[in-house]
Amino acid sequence: MTNSWTDIKNTDLVVVMGGNAAEAHPCGFKWVTEAKANRGAKLIVVDPRFTRTASVADVYAPIRQGTDIAFLLGVINHCMQTDKVQWDYVRAFTNAAYVVKEGFAYQDGLFTGYDESRRDYNRSTWDYEIGPDGYAVVDETLQNPRCVWNLLKQHVATYTPEMVERICGTPKDKFVQIARMIAECASPTRTMTSMYALGWTQHSKGSQNIRAMAMLQLILGNIGVRGGGMNALRGHSNIQGLTDIGLMSNLIPGYLTIPTEREPSFDAYMATRGFKPLRPGQMSYWQNYRKFFVSFQKAMWGEAATADNAFAYDWLPKLDVPAYDVLRAFELMHQGKMNGYFCQGFNPLLSFPNRKKITTALSKLKFLVVMDPLQTETARFWENHGANNDVSPAAIQTEVIELPTTCFAEDEGSLVNSGRWLQWHWAGGTPPGEAKHDTWIMAQIHLRLKELYRKEGGPVPEPIVNLDWRYKDPNEPSPEELAKELNGYTTADLTDPNDPTKVVIAKGKQVPGFAVLRDDGSTACGCWIYSGSFTEAGNQMARRDTTDPDETGAYSKWAWSWPANRRILYNRASADRSGKPWDPSRKLLEWDGTKWTGYDVPDIAPTAKPEEVGPFIMNPEGVSRLFTRGMMRDGPFPVHYEPFESPVVNVVAPKVRGNPVARVFRNDMEQFGDAKEFPYAATSYRLTEHFHFWTKHAHANAVLQPEFFVEISEQLAKEKGIKPGGTVRVWSKRGSVTAKAVVTKRIRPLVCDGKTVHIVGIPLHWGFTGAARKGFGPNSLTPFVGDANIETPEYKAFLVDIEPVAGPVA
Amino acid sequence: MNMELSRRGFLAGAGAGVAGTTLGAFGFGDVEAAHAASIRPFKLANTAEARNTCTYCSVACGIILYSKGDLKKGEKAEIIHIEGDADHPTNRGTLCPKGSALLDVVHSKTRTLYPQIRKAGSDKFERVSWEQALDRIARLMKDDRDRNLVLKNADGVTVNRWTTTGFLAASATTNETAWATYKVVRSTGMVVFDNQARV
Ligand code: SF4
Repeated sequence: MTNSWTDIKNTDLVVVMGGNAAEAHPCGFKWVTEAKANRGAKLIVVDPRFTRTASVADVYAPIRQGTDIAFLLGVINHCMQTDKVQWDYVRAFTNAAYVVKEGFAYQDGLFTGYDESRRDYNRSTWDYEIGPDGYAVVDETLQNPRCVWNLLKQHVATYTPEMVERICGTPKDKFVQIARMIAECASPTRTMTSMYALGWTQHSKGSQNIRAMAMLQLILGNIGVRGGGMNALRGHSNIQGLTDIGLMSNLIPGYLTIPTEREPSFDAYMATRGFKPLRPGQMSYWQNYRKFFVSFQKAMWGEAATADNAFAYDWLPKLDVPAYDVLRAFELMHQGKMNGYFCQGFNPLLSFPNRKKITTALSKLKFLVVMDPLQTETARFWENHGANNDVSPAAIQTEVIELPTTCFAEDEGSLVNSGRWLQWHWAGGTPPGEAKHDTWIMAQIHLRLKELYRKEGGPVPEPIVNLDWRYKDPNEPSPEELAKELNGYTTADLTDPNDPTKVVIAKGKQVPGFAVLRDDGSTACGCWIYSGSFTEAGNQMARRDTTDPDETGAYSKWAWSWPANRRILYNRASADRSGKPWDPSRKLLEWDGTKWTGYDVPDIAPTAKPEEVGPFIMNPEGVSRLFTRGMMRDGPFPVHYEPFESPVVNVVAPKVRGNPVARVFRNDMEQFGDAKEFPYAATSYRLTEHFHFWTKHAHANAVLQPEFFVEISEQLAKEKGIKPGGTVRVWSKRGSVTAKAVVTKRIRPLVCDGKTVHIVGIPLHWGFTGAARKGFGPNSLTPFVGDANIETPEYKAFLVDIEPVAGPVA
Repeated sequence: MNMELSRRGFLAGAGAGVAGTTLGAFGFGDVEAAHAASIRPFKLANTAEARNTCTYCSVACGIILYSKGDLKKGEKAEIIHIEGDADHPTNRGTLCPKGSALLDVVHSKTRTLYPQIRKAGSDKFERVSWEQALDRIARLMKDDRDRNLVLKNADGVTVNRWTTTGFLAASATTNETAWATYKVVRSTGMVVFDNQARV
């Protein structure tokens, strides 16, 4: 989230698309209710199902899953055509005026540079024209036909209300009604918030779904303001934290990146991370990259990381592919190229697509270690459970080690909520049986490995034996010690750059924030964006002060939010070019002539002059991007692509199947089904009574929703002779499941380009362990393909067939 | 607002106060204290409290865990009740159907309790000690790393990359667990490393 849950009360219009907050995030959705009740805010819901969020909406429109980009570009087109644009914001704070290089073009669903054999683009033309002064060329008058604004206008012109109806199945009048309501928020005193979740991310073009809405929000001037923003609701309780700390193949904490093998030296690595400003006077904050990186290396390897060994640069692995994401991991496993795998609180047998492939892949491992507070299906993938897990244990040679871990109630530490608040929590119970904290387990593994390398030697032991592990009890680092490392500390006296005799911070102190981090090895910091969370003043994440001056919803003394306790990202953009709030009733920051003041920590240098320094300080442009240059693999503007398995042909690009650059492994391509064989458009979702595959282990939730079902319309039920509560078989090219049929008015057939499309809804909470009845999940059916940029699997749009079958005798 | 005010202390005080006033009014001054002491106190008055957050979604509703026995005093603590934290700015005491049933997941019958190993081809898990399980894991890891760590690529560039063992991290663990996990996993050169963020 750019904003926070409590900030939603400040909005005028809530658009829920790609999410279902009333059911999946009920206590957060309360803030929508607040805005409706107290501000007269309106709620728009666009979803294939009439969800409980839709049931309290002012306007609901159905949409076929996987067509959100067409809808959103349609709204952008509407705003541009009807001149509903917050012009001062767009001119001052976006790259609308930037001139794009000659050679860049778009045609028939493809941008310049496409290479079909590699399923990739050469993106060299997707960039700005650079002038003789070394800066990007801009045309403030927006007259240049090659400026971003004019290219965008041309790009979205295809997405007329008629086209939106053809693609999305959304009735034209509903679409126009919604587009008008959204367009009203172009006023500087009206704002809209976008609330989305996995309904947008779990697509082969998930990242571009979100881009499209972000662009719309920029055109309306809704980023950086109270009640606005792009608000990812997020799933798990610490999904934000795990991402921040970079537990991903290609990340270093704080959104730094692991080197690739094209960067053999630290200098080569830094050469591509210089982030020179693209316009005069801009902060381009990533210019500090080196400080964050060196401080991270110091947190990893302490005194063993020195200027002489390039701060242990060689001890980091170098990637040969963009990332070893989970799909690649299971592909490699499936090919027999992996031997060992750890699952820490993760249940891939039910979470990853194409379950048959997952089972086969796990069966090829030599060993699998599962660390979990609950007995997961993954740890028992080799166990026969009849139709629910039809395997032969004797044929599976994988050694499986299951380790019991504590759950939240027996553990202490911080979690990051969707609004980027780091909240500390305390343990209340003794762990059951022999369950142990994950920190203890990780320490035990590390200490044993270190000992083995000391005793036996082996290749490159240095990064293991030199890992900084100076904890009071090396067997179990305490949450406080780890949190202090994440915040960062000085490893030497820090002196004043202008007066080296003056010590500003003594050695061994917690740093107050990332601004003091240095690139000479005198500071260590695990995650620079968490700097400030645990300072010499104590654990800021444990703060419980509920004061909120003028009830802005900021709660800036409750817990701590990254970065720098800032509650609304890009908050400088809440004021106009001269520093006056766009909407005085929703003031966030104001320039008082010498500095920025207001309710939030400014997202800019406190004395940066408003007319000179742009509000988007992380970007070398200083402004936000309507055109993303070559930063996304599938294009600088979003395009409507159908899901890989779609009931209809892509009307704007008939020759393109799916996202043209989404990575597809060879055998998986053969396992995509088509509409002739699998005529129904399926989607997956969560229920309000369940959370993934955990709550089926909780008695109360298992009672509330005991059994796997699928949801279909009355029309489809009639066509197929399916009775409410009857048993059905649902199958895709990759697998088959049986379920109870829930026949409902909540799902209705749509008409897309003249063709009737039936939708099958498949909730995801059942497996073969726990207190609920045994069942299946959608992953038995879904295709093995992910988003082109971040590889989130396409769970939200795929094809199935359905038929009634004889059910078990009740 | 005084954040340190203990709900338990408040309830204990209030309970005794009500008993005392009522009895005093009836003129039983002397027996007041004895009688008040014999009244069965409100169940939660004898519990220890811990502030926590719901483990499920990232609305991160504030909750209070009530336990018999106090962990902070080194006692064995059994959680007997969980409720929404009314002081929390986001949820203000409310919980959804998932959060309301947290106690059941804490005490689920299908929690993992002991380390277990399932041998190749076997149809059952066998209980082992932590020592056995951890020694085995370290052995398996080292053998695989020693055999398969890629030191240099075809061009002779130092890459120190380990691709044959992977680690999938959990996104309901704390930042501190995540950091300890990051350090241990990265230090081995492992690159097949991911978490739920993408899923
Ligand atoms: S109680 Fe419900 S809304 Fe609150 S954090 Fe838990 S799952 Fe989310």
